[in-house]
Amino acid sequence: MHQPPVHVEGIPAANAHAHHPKLQHHFDTMEQQAEASTLGMWVFLVTEIMFFGGLFMAYLVYRYASPEGFAEASHHLNVTWGAVNTIVLIVSSLTMALGVRAAQTSAPPKTQVFWIVATMVFGAAFLGVKAIEYADKFTHHLVPGPNFIWEGKHPAAAEMFYSLYFCMTGLHAVHMVIGLGIMTVIAVMAWRRQFDADYYTPVEVAGLYWHFVDIVWIFLFPLLYLIGGHFIE
Amino acid sequence: MSAGHVAPKSMYYMVFGALIVGTILTVAAAKVDLGPLNNIVMLAIASTKATLVILFFMHVRWSSRLTWVVAMAGFFWLLILFGIGMADYMSRGWVPGTLR
Repeated sequence: MHQPPVHVEGIPAANAHAHHPKLQHHFDTMEQQAEASTLGMWVFLVTEIMFFGGLFMAYLVYRYASPEGFAEASHHLNVTWGAVNTIVLIVSSLTMALGVRAAQTSAPPKTQVFWIVATMVFGAAFLGVKAIEYADKFTHHLVPGPNFIWEGKHPAAAEMFYSLYFCMTGLHAVHMVIGLGIMTVIAVMAWRRQFDADYYTPVEVAGLYWHFVDIVWIFLFPLLYLIGGHFIE
Repeated sequence: MSAGHVAPKSMYYMVFGALIVGTILTVAAAKVDLGPLNNIVMLAIASTKATLVILFFMHVRWSSRLTWVVAMAGFFWLLILFGIGMADYMSRGWVPGTLR
């Protein structure tokens, strides 16, 4: 891991001394290195915005085509579970932010790992609630396909709504599972004393990913669960 | 990155509180029939919550201008997708004989 400073022609020798072991040779300073990583993560998140954006576009098109059908279908989602999960994710974002802060302030590894593991616990709780909801949709024949049964006035629109529900929340859940994997790596790195005030880029960047997944849910919750709230049968 | 801004814990708790209040508000607002306004209220609350997360939890408030531009460009392009996409779907069939 620790590479000796490399002297390159044209670069003043002053750069070579007092050189942080985590500073890679193609960066001049730790600040520049952190800035490059953060920017790179944001570019990735922009591709993620576009990835989810396509599904939001599909939602818009079909909701515009059948607003009553979507309201009728949304009415059958459990608002309480959705709201509980929203709060669980917001709590996980708070613990994530505090985990990044712990690394930024050179808190002991125990503290850093505590916040990261707390984030993972809330992330797992979210997936647990999602599993309960999915199981409920299977038992009530709300999974699109040959076994989809809809008693309401708009069966075709309802099936489209549930197709979008499973695609959007499914893609979101996949991101949560990947997030749990990333957090496992970050927790191990924190435990091995990899992060302090001078170097915490991996926690910061993993945090950006986690918060982004939270933002997607912030939009999914009202658009899927809350559009049938005042629906009268 | 010793130059990274360290925000006080109290700020994180305040943002967290605002996000919880926003969640409660959006659930409460959805139970009232406001007609088309329901969508506007719901999206306004969600956008406010997302902005809080981006500015404070994701540290964009203290990030470089370049990071601001990249983050904003993502959402701006998303609006172009929705804008032009819906302009197409909403105007289908306006002119007789065109695609329905």
